[in-house]
Amino acid sequence: MNDSVRHKAAPLPGPSRVDDEWSPLRAFTDARIALGRAGESLPTRAHLEFQLAHARARDAVHLALDESRLKVELGKRFPTVVDVCSAAPDRLSYLRRPDLGRCIDPAAQHRLEMLAAPPSDVVIIVGDGLSARAVNDHALAFVDALQEELSGWSVGPCVLVRHARVAITDPIGMALNARIGVMILGERPGLSAADSLGIYVTWQPKPGRTDAERNCISNVRPGGQSPAAAAHRLGYLLREMRRQGMGGIAVKDQSRVIDGSVASVGTQPGLLLGWD
Amino acid sequence: MAIHRYHAAGRSWHFASLRELLAKASPLRSGDQLAGVAAESAEERVVAQLTLAEVPLAHFLEELVIPYEEDEVSRLIVDTHQAEAFAAVSDLTVGGFRDWLLDTAVTDTALSALAPGLTPEMVAAVSKIMRLQDLVLVASKCRVKTAFRNTIGLSGRLATRLQPNHPVDDLTGISASILDGLMYGSGDAVIGINPATDNVETVARLLWMLDEIIQAHAIPTQGCVLTHVTTAIEVMARGVPVDLVFQSIAGTEAANRGFGVDLALLHEARAAALELERGVVGSQVMYFETGQGSALSANAHHGVDQQTCEARAYAVARALDPLLVNTVVGFIGPEYLYDGKQIIRAGLEDHFCGKLLGLPMGCDICYTNHAEADQDDMDLLLTALATAGCTYIMGIPGSDDIMLNYQSTSFHDARFVRQLLGLRPAPEFEAWLRGFGVTDDDGRLAGNGRLPERVRQRLSGSLGP
Repeated sequence: MNDSVRHKAAPLPGPSRVDDEWSPLRAFTDARIALGRAGESLPTRAHLEFQLAHARARDAVHLALDESRLKVELGKRFPTVVDVCSAAPDRLSYLRRPDLGRCIDPAAQHRLEMLAAPPSDVVIIVGDGLSARAVNDHALAFVDALQEELSGWSVGPCVLVRHARVAITDPIGMALNARIGVMILGERPGLSAADSLGIYVTWQPKPGRTDAERNCISNVRPGGQSPAAAAHRLGYLLREMRRQGMGGIAVKDQSRVIDGSVASVGTQPGLLLGWD
Repeated sequence: MAIHRYHAAGRSWHFASLRELLAKASPLRSGDQLAGVAAESAEERVVAQLTLAEVPLAHFLEELVIPYEEDEVSRLIVDTHQAEAFAAVSDLTVGGFRDWLLDTAVTDTALSALAPGLTPEMVAAVSKIMRLQDLVLVASKCRVKTAFRNTIGLSGRLATRLQPNHPVDDLTGISASILDGLMYGSGDAVIGINPATDNVETVARLLWMLDEIIQAHAIPTQGCVLTHVTTAIEVMARGVPVDLVFQSIAGTEAANRGFGVDLALLHEARAAALELERGVVGSQVMYFETGQGSALSANAHHGVDQQTCEARAYAVARALDPLLVNTVVGFIGPEYLYDGKQIIRAGLEDHFCGKLLGLPMGCDICYTNHAEADQDDMDLLLTALATAGCTYIMGIPGSDDIMLNYQSTSFHDARFVRQLLGLRPAPEFEAWLRGFGVTDDDGRLAGNGRLPERVRQRLSGSLGP
């Protein structure tokens, strides 16, 4: 009996599988287009590739923040770096109790207050959020891209937060006397991208701010918004907030797009489907 | 406030208010535990349900879960309640109302007539004492028809929102996903893009592109960029073509403030969109998304359980005569709906409550990667919702939203459920699909993976040798 059966990676195309003629359009998007069909359902390969991506994303949710390295690297870029934990003691509590992720651990609160930080324009906060991988891999590149935008602004201590939600910006920003809190946070992992950063900006952070009072720049990652484009947008938002003396939905992002982030390859509206 | 009491097995139970009773009667979910309003034991939960079943529906008009003076959604609910419509069930308790809804003599006509007489809290209450089969059966009896460039909600139909999102709003990437969706017969509810940012210039470009695609191919559907309502107002003022105005809404004034909206602003946006007169077979111009947990997430729930808060959001939607409303059921995460079981129940509750209140209710059948859920859970919810007569579902390439980072239903999922249950798209869109060569006379996919000639010619440069 031959017990060494080799399994091929791809099933043989058969009459029950239909391939889509427009599969070359995958060059224009990471979306799972032109998957073909078995009958009118997903073909086997596409179905199992999805399952694999989901399995990987599930594994990514529980990855830890690389605190020691980030602290050293941020220390090269900011005069003071403080690492703190939210009120969530562990990952499971963090997932089930977002309220804890929005509050600062009392000991950490005390440490921030002991800094007696003088009033500053901006504090930069780096938090793991739902993807420590995004922060481990891309936060420093974004911070570097941001340096130019921050020239002329007074920048307070940088804070690195474990088990962080966006709103932890509020107690941290207030404890550090900042006019604006910028949170660099790992967004929840998707199937194609488990490493997206979100940048959340809060004018006059203090507990009780609502989401409508914040501005957000999302999908900062390779293949998404570049660090330079995101930093440019952030610079615009910071200047607008200072000019208008407020944040949130009242401050519309009307920045001009600077790199290929929007409408790349010189497309015309409706390129693939518009007027002939 | 009234004390609600129940006596069982020599023990007496007290619930200090209708709000507390509703919360404790709510089937288990992590969001109510997070808010500290859930029943403390399985027994207390069922006792609360027994107690709730004895509460007269008319009592809901006396005891509000959030005071009239404190909340404009409460004022809306009270001020727009129609006593005449309510008369049909005004003598019933919550339990009697469940029995009435299940009566085979109660049909779509009676339910449509009743809708303006129901408050969200009555509907939420009865849903809490229903099993999934009750939620499915009663919802399947409701008919809610809406129209803009096509007719949505007819019997035996299931529409889909084509959701072609792209992480940097790349127009070519988005149009590739739109093409893919159309070739699978998706997009009759709306072609709706969630933009990566609220950047006004980007939103305008996306809207111009949608308009061009829809006009160029005479597709009987509507486009929407799901941006904040203030951005929609701004681009309309600039002459950008807007079919539908979108907004996320919630069930309390404070939670809506968290979204940056109030009733006045929503009415202002609706008026602006109506003025454009872009509808063909109807003029319902609003599109709302909701989801259990949004009020708690904004710390604006007033101690009301998340399912009751969600039903109150439907009162907001109802006041604006929407074309489409959907709950985004599993988007918010495990802190509100922990696993597949909780997501499935919530999706069916939301659909039931929306339908009973007279809304064109769809569902974004979805989950995130930090929830204890997977594709099998979504298959169950999809199948149950389709049998319940769900108005529309989402269509996303391969279920994977590469911008919002979550999983929803795919173009293939819609094909599956249409095939299984014989459900067809909106009639105008169905005719277009046949004329364009996407489907055959039986509604099956035609072309054997080939593009219609007109599209192939246009794409020849992009398709390679």
